[in-house]
This record gives sequence, C-alpha cells and structure tokens, in this order.
Amino acid sequence: MAPTGAGKTLAGFLPSLTALAARPASAKPRGLHTLYVSPLKALAVDIARNLDAPIAEMGLAVRVETRTGDTPSHKRTRQIARPPDILLTTPEQLALLIAHREAADLFAGLSCVVLDELHALVTSKRGDLLSLALARLHRLSPGLTAIGLSATVREPDELRRYLVPQRIPSPPEEAEGGPAMAELVVVKGGAAPDLHMLETGLTLPLAGHTAWQAMPAIYDLIGQHRTVLVFVNTRLQAEYTFQELWRINDANYPIALHHGSLDATQRRRVEAAMAAGQLRAIVCTATLDLGIDWGDVDLVVNIGAPKGASRIMQRIGRANHRMDEPSKAYLVPANRFEMLECQAALDAVEAAAQDTPDARLGAPDVLAQHVLGMACADAFDAVQLYEEIVSAAPYATLSWEDFEAVVDYVATGGYALRAYERFAKILRGPDGLWRVRDARIAQQYRMNVGTIVESAKVKVRLARGVRGKPGAILPKGGRVLGEIEEDFADTLTPGDTFLFAGEVLRFEGLSEDEALATRAGPGTDPAIPSYAGAKFPISTFLAARVRALIADPFEWDRLPRQVSDYLLQQRTRSVLPGPTGLLVETFPRALRYYLTAFPFEGRLAHQTLGMLLTRRLERARMRPLGFAANDYGIAIWLNRDVGEQIGREPDFLEALFAEDMLGDDLEAWLDESAMMKRTFRQCAVIAGLIERRYPGQAKTGRQVTISTDLVYDVLRKHQPDHLLLRAARQDAATGLLDVKRLGMMLRRIQGRIIHKALDRVSPLSVSVMLEIGRERVYGEGADEILAEAEAQLLEEALA
Amino acid sequence: MALGQRLEKTIRAPGLTLAGEALALDLCGGLWLAQHRTLVVSDLHLEKGSAFAARSGQFLPPYDTRETLACLHEVIVRLDPACVVALGDSFHDSRGPERMEPGDRAMVAALQEGRDWVWIAGNHDHAVSEGVGGRYAETLTVGALTLRHEPTVDAPEGEVSGHLHPCGKVAMRGRAVRRRCFVTDGRRLIMPAFGAYAGGLNVRNAAFEPLFPAGFTAHLLGDGRVFAIGKAMLSKD
Repeated sequence: MAPTGAGKTLAGFLPSLTALAARPASAKPRGLHTLYVSPLKALAVDIARNLDAPIAEMGLAVRVETRTGDTPSHKRTRQIARPPDILLTTPEQLALLIAHREAADLFAGLSCVVLDELHALVTSKRGDLLSLALARLHRLSPGLTAIGLSATVREPDELRRYLVPQRIPSPPEEAEGGPAMAELVVVKGGAAPDLHMLETGLTLPLAGHTAWQAMPAIYDLIGQHRTVLVFVNTRLQAEYTFQELWRINDANYPIALHHGSLDATQRRRVEAAMAAGQLRAIVCTATLDLGIDWGDVDLVVNIGAPKGASRIMQRIGRANHRMDEPSKAYLVPANRFEMLECQAALDAVEAAAQDTPDARLGAPDVLAQHVLGMACADAFDAVQLYEEIVSAAPYATLSWEDFEAVVDYVATGGYALRAYERFAKILRGPDGLWRVRDARIAQQYRMNVGTIVESAKVKVRLARGVRGKPGAILPKGGRVLGEIEEDFADTLTPGDTFLFAGEVLRFEGLSEDEALATRAGPGTDPAIPSYAGAKFPISTFLAARVRALIADPFEWDRLPRQVSDYLLQQRTRSVLPGPTGLLVETFPRALRYYLTAFPFEGRLAHQTLGMLLTRRLERARMRPLGFAANDYGIAIWLNRDVGEQIGREPDFLEALFAEDMLGDDLEAWLDESAMMKRTFRQCAVIAGLIERRYPGQAKTGRQVTISTDLVYDVLRKHQPDHLLLRAARQDAATGLLDVKRLGMMLRRIQGRIIHKALDRVSPLSVSVMLEIGRERVYGEGADEILAEAEAQLLEEALA
Repeated sequence: MALGQRLEKTIRAPGLTLAGEALALDLCGGLWLAQHRTLVVSDLHLEKGSAFAARSGQFLPPYDTRETLACLHEVIVRLDPACVVALGDSFHDSRGPERMEPGDRAMVAALQEGRDWVWIAGNHDHAVSEGVGGRYAETLTVGALTLRHEPTVDAPEGEVSGHLHPCGKVAMRGRAVRRRCFVTDGRRLIMPAFGAYAGGLNVRNAAFEPLFPAGFTAHLLGDGRVFAIGKAMLSKD
C-alpha cells in the first residue's frame, strides 16, 4: 500500500525480475512465471512498455507480453503453447484463461501474480470475478505468491484477506488464529498535497453544479501551468465546462475533452496528445481516475463536490507523479453547500482520513458465470469446487446450499418448475463430476465473460442539412460524434436540443440505430438537461464531517464568509441540523405545502427515501404531489398542510420516518422500480440468462428479442426467491438505491427528529427546493404521460 | 361481480366501431365483441420460454405460458364469452404443444369448457390444434368482421388481425412510455400481442404505413385504462 506516485507498480515486479534473472539458462521448458492483472487494458499495455526498458538495461532474457481483447487470435494460441515469462492482462482475460482446457498446464508453474490498482478493483463485481480466478490460481499452483498494489485505503486488512486463500470454516473470523492475511508493506509519506479551495470572491448560488463563476479563474490557472487536469463529476458538467472554457479561450490554449460517451478514437487521440505534452488542459470525468502516466500534469482542478476523501486524494495524486514533491490541486465548489463539502474534504485530506467503501459480499451472478467457466475448463467435483470458492474472501461466507443453488441455476436455470432438465448446460456424470454439455455452451460462455454490462447505446451522427431547404436533412454522411444511452435517446423528440461532444446539438430523429443531430444555432441553450452519467453520492464519512461542520459555529471561521452568513441566517430563521439527528421543516408556499428533510446521505439514498415517504404520505391522505432530492436533503410538496398535521399528531413524524418503511413498502416499490429492472438486467447478462448485445451487432427487431423487463415481471410473480432476483436485490442494497445507507440513517435518527413549522422557506430548504424542475418528478406515473398525450388528440378533434 | 365492475377494464367509447360492429378494447389486450359475446386475443406465443431453451440454451423463466393463461383466465371469468378466438401465433412454434406442462394443458382445457374456442392459423404455429382442444380455422367471420392472423393490404373494411405486435411510444418531458396497443383507422384493427414474452413493434415502423395510408389512432394499454393517442403524438424508436 503506497500513496499515488510512489512507484509501486514497478516495485511489484522486482521479485519476479530477480527470480527470473537468477534462473539458469538451461532451465527448460519455461512456463508462465508472473501474471500481472490491471483494471485497464491501456494500463497493461503501458506497464509492458515501462518494463521493457529496465529489462533491456539489465540485459535479462525475459519475455513480457500482453493479452487483452485486442490480442490477435494467432498470438493467443501461441501464448498458450509457448507462454511468455511475464503476462500482463485484465480480469476478464484471466477469467477466459482459467476456463481454458489447458489452464492446469499453463498455470502449474506460476510463481507470482500481481494485482494492480487493487483498491479500485475490489469494490465492484470485477473484483468478485478476479477473486474467484485467484482462488483457482492458488489451487493450480499451490506455492503461488499474490501481490496486491493499492493506494492508501481505510481497511488494509480487507485487501490482505483478498489476496490469500481463506481457511475453512467460514466465517473466517472464527477460524483459529483469525482470518488468513497477506503481509502488508506500507510506503509512508509522500509530500503533503498543496491543496486549496478556489476563491473567486464571488457569491455562489445555493444550488446548481455548473460553477460558471469559476471559469475565468480556472482559465487563468490553465495559463499558469503546463498541463491541467480538470475533473468533473458528470458528463454533462464535462460538456458544459469544456464549452465555457473555449468560449473565453482568447489565447487559444489546446484544451481537450475526455469522457466515456465520446467516440473511442477521439479519446485515444486526446490521450496521445496528452502523453506528447501537446495539451494545456483536459476536461475529464472519472474515465481518467486511474493511474496512467499520460503527460506531465502539474495541476489538478476538481470542479463540484468532492464526494469522498479517498476519491479526491486519488484524483489529486494525478498531478505531479513524483512522491517527493507535493501534488498541487484546487477544489472548485459550484454552490454554497459544495463549499461546505470542499472544506470537509480539505480537513479530511489534512488528517489523511480515508473513506474507501467496505469489502463486498461476492455476487451470486458472478459466481454463476464462474461455475460455468470452470465446467468449460475441466470436469469438476462440486465439493472440491465449493471449497475452492469459499477460499476467495468475497465468497468466504457462502453456504453449501447457496452454492448448490448456483450450480442448479447454471445447469437448468434454477426454476422450481423443472422444465429444462433435458436441455441442461452442465451435466453430472456417473462418476459424480460435472461437465459442460457441448462446445456450443463453452462458446456461449466465452462470448459472455465479464461483469461490465454496458447499457445499450446508439451512435450520434451529425446529419447534413439540405441546401435551400431549411429543416430538411440528409440521413447519411455526417461524422459520428459518439454514443448516447438508448434510454436517453428514447426520451428525445425531434427539435430537442442537448449538449454533446462540446456542442449544442438539435435532435432530428432516429435512423436505424443512429441518432441524427444537427448543430444548433449559436446562442441556443440546451433544452434537455441531462443524460445518464455516473453520479457518485457523497460518502458517509464526508457527510458526517459536513454535518459536524454545520452544527458547530466555532468551526465556521474556517468557512468562506458567504457560507457562515448563510448558516447564521438558517440559525436565525429556523434551526441548524445537528450532527446526528434529522431536521424536518414544513412551510406553505404558492398554494402548496412543503416538507423538507436533511439526512445528508447522498442523492441515491434520498431518492429511495423520497419514493417511500410519498407512498406513506399518500396513505396518510396528505396528497403528496412529487419530490426532489440532492446529496444533502429532500423536498416533498403536498396538497395538504403536513405541518399542521405534525403539530396535531405528535407521533406523526416519528411514524413517517420509522425504520419499518424498509419492509413491505420498499419491496413493493422496488419490484416496480425502473432502476430495479435495470439492475436485474445486469445480473441476467452476467449470469448468462440473456446474451450480451455487442456493439456493431445487427439489431434484431424488437418483436423477436426478449425484453428483460417482461422476464423480470414474470419471474417475480412466479418465483420471487429466484437466484437472479436475490442477486438484483443484493445489488440494490448498495448500488443504485443505496438501501443499506438509508437503513443506517433511519436507525440513527430515531427519537432525534426535530420539526420546525415555518411560515416561509428557510435558507437551507431553498437549496433543495432549487432542485425542483432539474430532476424528473418521480411521482409521475406512466398513465399521467399517456393521459396528456390523449388530451392532445381530443384537442385536435375539437379544434 | 357487478356488470359495471366487470366492464371497468374495457373502454366503451361509443364511437369506436369497425364495419358497424361495436368494439370494446380490454385493458388486458383482448377485443370484446359484446353483441356476439366473442373475445378475441392475438399472438399468445405460448411456450416461447421453452422454445428458447430448446433452440439456444437460454433458460428464460418457464412461467410465460401459465402467466399468459392466467391473464386469459382473468378476462374470461370477467366477460364470460361464448366464443374465444386466438388470432394466430398462439404457440411460439409448432412443437410448442408437445412441450407444454400437463398443468398448463389442463388450464387450457378448463378455459375451453362450455364455450366455442377457435385457433386461427398463424405463421409460427401453422399446424396447431392437435391435443389442445378447440377448432382450427384459417380465417373466421364474426358479424361484419373478418378475423385473420396477418393483416392484408387490400382487405375490405372490417379486418381484425394481429401478427405485428403493435406498440406505441409517447415521449414527453424527458420521459418515454412504451406500451402495447391496438391500432385502428376505422376500417381495420390490428391487435396487440397478448403473450407474456411477446415483444412489440413500434407503430411508427414502416410496416404499418401501407396498412394505414390515411393515418391511425393507437389505443395504448396503460396501467389503469386504455388511452387513445393520435399518430402525431407517437414517437419512433
């Protein structure tokens, strides 16, 4: 474990290079000695390049090769027949390798496996997949040394367990001598970062995420540095920032844009230009979070809320990749609340506090994929495979019954109605071993490997106008700008304007599987506010620091004046939220009644809370109309005076926020929720229930493909405890719906709810009220949309 | 069950007729011809799940048949038709009846009890009728209506067909709602697919154009009722 920039990657190879150098030249045949796994294919390629130099300098006869999705098939075949000494690859490629029929021979002599950026891998399903592969490697080569390379994390012991086989019995804590753990090497220090909040002297708004006030100051910083990385939290912010910087770019600095929706070739071009030192600034999202040494970055600017202490430290580490010099960075708040969050992050960085997420419980859908892979490699004995799997830390607590259910799922779908016995994918022979049915199933497995499920995308193509015919377009011929999610494209109607690839585009229509767009005229504002992009919620740790900061006026002198003034106003007009309890405000406004609450648990948990509260308020006949949420709080608007109701019925509020909302209400809502359906789809793809759609693959008509939504509806009605539904619920708890965090909050606030009945909106409530209209109104059902469309027809008929 | 309750899931738009026959569009996706006490459902695609398992090794939940039959049971109990017409593609493939679970087969028999049951030939299930009761026909005439699986371009007024699985999409204020629908121009009616796993084809697809040269109204199946929506308000995919 070492701070960013300490050079840990090359250190990880040192034992291998030493061993390989000491090897007598006659030692033949030579098998694979060291395996290196990185989360990014580009990183593997990068490391291979960086290894070549020292190997050549030392004059070692060591062969280093990469194996990624781009490796040609003849090279893949050769790599199995005559393996290199060191192979650099990704978790997905490793999964394919261990499912290969030759896997046992290939890995029998493996001495060392190096897992890079382990802190980033273990927080996702890719980490589950990798842990299972690692368990297999430990079995194939019992003397194997596993080395994990990680940035500083909160709980290093979790990573230490991940690297070595866990002892039976599980849970590992009950094993004699505690859980098995790898040795820990900590590289201390690194110069403290030179980190500041960007002060523009301007008054910031109470909401909004564009940080438009800061653009001239950021532009000045670009002028004063060699290469600046400008991090933002969403693709929309990236688009906006890029456009604003170019608007004031009088000096014509080369400023580029980099985010996940852009065309891959364009992204590669930006990366190459950055490596060659040709760019002064790159506006980017999390796509550049991981440690590739592209270019000579001397300043990091982070626009918007930092969201997490560890996250911001890793971003800061992208500047000045040398350990002995401080990394220089600015945090740029976009609104007054973000100033609070920035101050909390500054404090956390100074205290070197970490808030990396907890270790994961291994996902059943990933396990299903792995079990099929193991059947492809060789016949397996269920008991032996179970013992191997529970030696992987994320699966250490897996019960035999749950494992059997996974095997049953892989074999015949795991249905109570045993309809598919005769089509079984894996079969148990008379010798008790399980084997894959045929080569076609093995091929299906190979096509489906991996845990990253991209949402369906459509290309955005620039359409050409027809000369002399305003409004008419030629369907083909323009260039492809990138891709947008199909779900987003679905909501566009011709004439809608949106920001994409640094320009305001006008949506013209869909043609086959492409969205056609033209450039909107100058000065056009994008009408469609957002498209799906990663929105990380504020970490629990940082939220607690923000709450503590607000609750303690003695701390306020460290805050910018406009923030302390704002908090002072809140204290005068209402009260300040405490460090642990929950503040609820109610007030009337413009013929409606509002209820606001400030749990500070992040947007995802608040959206879930909003859905559940509106359901309850509806049952209490308070006639809620909708709600809005941000990272800090929620606002619900109603037709009835909820404040008066709370005054009359003292227990109303405690009952409203009672923990039992996570029971039936949650279940009922979850089952209908679009996010749950999306989560289910991901599990279904990973577990191989439905096949992946590959980009470029011909899109078959919708009437012949199976919609996962339909499958979901049927399954939850007829077998609600099915493996994949359990997998989806497990994901929902920590993922898109953040139910776990919501549950912790509800427990925390019990008996600590403070209600303030106000006659007008408080300063704190204004911030969340301003979110209204920016987000979808979740109360709006499908039938309201349809009714509105129907009314249009009626109007036409009567006109 | 009171008659009012029985019919609340169907719309009784007074003007909705085809060749002089009154149509009631049921929320479940069935067409109710009250005068003839006939219920028409289209594209049941029974045993689609097992067809996938047999053909491609994809193990979709094998409950689609019973789910489809349960919906059919619900509407039959509610309307008590004298005659049920399955408008083709009742099975996903011609071997579907062989793969049917005994319980589901019994359910079909129970539904047929005491009423006329007609399987119209589809393109997926040409030879269906063996072992699943009912009678079999290429087309059927009910009053002034002609019932057949595939719509024909130059059909005389009064054709009721399925086959295309029409689906309508309404996009508004950053939200899109996509639902199965009936499509009609007053001369013909195309039915939505009834089957639990049946997909949908957007009514703005070119396949619908020759069938409705003068435009159409789509009747989308909402959560609580059926919505009549003009072509202009419907988006393409």
